[in-house]
Amino acid sequence: MMYRFMTIVLAVLALIQAPALRAQDGPLRIEITEGVIEPLPFAVPDFIAESSAANELARNLARVVAADLSGTGLFREIPADAFISPVTSFSSPVQFADWKAINAQALVTGAVNVDAGGKVTAKFRLWDVFAGQELGNGLQFSGTQDGWRRIAHKIADQVYSRITGETGYFDTRVAFVAESGPKGQRAKRLAIMDYDGANVKYLTDSSSLVLAPRFSPTGDRVLYTSYESGFPRVYMLDIASVSRRVLESQDGTMSFAPRFAPNGRTVVYSLIRGGNTDIYKMDIGTGQSTRLTSAPSIETAPSVSPDGSQIVFESDRSGSKQIYVMSADGGDARRISKGDGQYGTPVWSPRGDLVAFTKQSKRRFHIGVMRTDGSEERLLTASFLDEGPTWAPNGRVIMFTRETQGEQGQSRLYSVDITGRNLRQVSTPGGASDPSWSPLQ
Amino acid sequence: MTRTVKRGSPMTKTFLNKAFILGAGLTLAACTSPDRFGSDSAVDLNNSAGSVAGSASDPTSPAYFQQAVGDRVLFPVDQHTLTNAAQSTLDAQAEWLLTNSDYDALIEGHADEQGTREYNLALGARRANSVHEYLVSRGVPASRLRVVSYGKERPLEICSTESCYAQNRRAVTIISIGTGV
Repeated sequence: MMYRFMTIVLAVLALIQAPALRAQDGPLRIEITEGVIEPLPFAVPDFIAESSAANELARNLARVVAADLSGTGLFREIPADAFISPVTSFSSPVQFADWKAINAQALVTGAVNVDAGGKVTAKFRLWDVFAGQELGNGLQFSGTQDGWRRIAHKIADQVYSRITGETGYFDTRVAFVAESGPKGQRAKRLAIMDYDGANVKYLTDSSSLVLAPRFSPTGDRVLYTSYESGFPRVYMLDIASVSRRVLESQDGTMSFAPRFAPNGRTVVYSLIRGGNTDIYKMDIGTGQSTRLTSAPSIETAPSVSPDGSQIVFESDRSGSKQIYVMSADGGDARRISKGDGQYGTPVWSPRGDLVAFTKQSKRRFHIGVMRTDGSEERLLTASFLDEGPTWAPNGRVIMFTRETQGEQGQSRLYSVDITGRNLRQVSTPGGASDPSWSPLQ
Repeated sequence: MTRTVKRGSPMTKTFLNKAFILGAGLTLAACTSPDRFGSDSAVDLNNSAGSVAGSASDPTSPAYFQQAVGDRVLFPVDQHTLTNAAQSTLDAQAEWLLTNSDYDALIEGHADEQGTREYNLALGARRANSVHEYLVSRGVPASRLRVVSYGKERPLEICSTESCYAQNRRAVTIISIGTGV
């Protein structure tokens, strides 16, 4: 991958701005946990092109930064035709009065250069307009021309982080299943793309049914289920080399629903033997597997807690599908789902505080979150069929599959904040399902 | 090799062609391996009166199994226990498999689209296993049977109402040429 070769240079730029009076409202800040918020107005003028080769990038970088911020639902972009004073130089003083007049509370200025070797270097500053001062220090990122979108995402991550106090999630990727063909004979391919739908790359052809890719904690590998042997089996694929190997191939068994443990060396998954589905874990170094559940009921969809100590999973041992938590070594499990309806596909949040799940109730499907003891259940979505949540690395946004009903029914990816706000369809080339959100790159 | 086949799908014609080829292959095999098939079987395969070997009117053909014996059983919502109707179908399947011992079978378990991908894979496996256990209980050697679950990945009917769901909650027995094990 070109990403591998991208070097990221962080350089603190000189901070020349003179101290200014604080705005009456205090520092520029969004508290994401607040119940209802008014999106924060911001402006991102086109970056300054420091060489003619950077003219196009100067605009494109600004557009991607703006799209990242607007896409969160926490920010609202002020369009360029409202601007009073153009930004003509990265180093000139900012005309705060002109930005205040159009109520731009945050201003991102930037400059970009492309050198003779094709290396892109972009720098930016974030301004708290009403305080009349810079927020944080200017930063500079370098990369290849092909990787310019990553530079924009890194800048947007910095802006998001400085204003919200949370880690960003824009410089991330999503592994998913690209779908095509009629509903009865859907062709499925493993694919990967930037979180915003750019740079789609296919990792498998459609000759074998594939399901549910899951990123490794380092973002360099995915686990998935493939029927290439004729039976569902868990595979691991190295993204850079697109080489794969089967992890679980015991004769007469089927395996699926894999996920990495946070250590990246252990995989938890479901194995079907004699019609019964249980949860196993495997050390991918030695290939040695250990059975963690041994009930005649269905135990599947395991997800390991970020500290590696516990596994949340789905079981129908009570007679209906519910969510349970057990030790990462197996043993007794306690049920945490408490509401009406049926629960599945639990996923531990990267912060460790919540479990996202799929809920089926009264012929509707929901994506929801609950605390890890099952309290404070909150449904975020409702539709004919929503399933398979995956967490943004900062634990603030969830992506999932939504399928429409009927003969023309299709799957698409959607994202939603854990507050239930900002439901959005994620751009994909066609039908798509089973998203897995990468860690921050 | 085995392949997924759905009645009424565009695959059917292909399947019948394959079945015909399989039948022809068997005829050839019967000539070269008399010990394996026995004389009665060989006569049946070669001289099914008034029928084309491999067609649905040939009772030894996979096409006959699919269409006349009945290659599938249906299940209620979230269930994997066999209904009386399912048991009758499986009795006939077992009889056919015992008679046509040169064939193996792959049992596919399926679910309707109401449910998560993971749970439906597990549920499809339960359904396929119910069929597997029943056929074994009727004397079909387990070595001739394999099971696979497709969960909700391969619906036969694609509407989103119970009329379609009822057809999709199924286990289908796919006949393949035997491995000789």
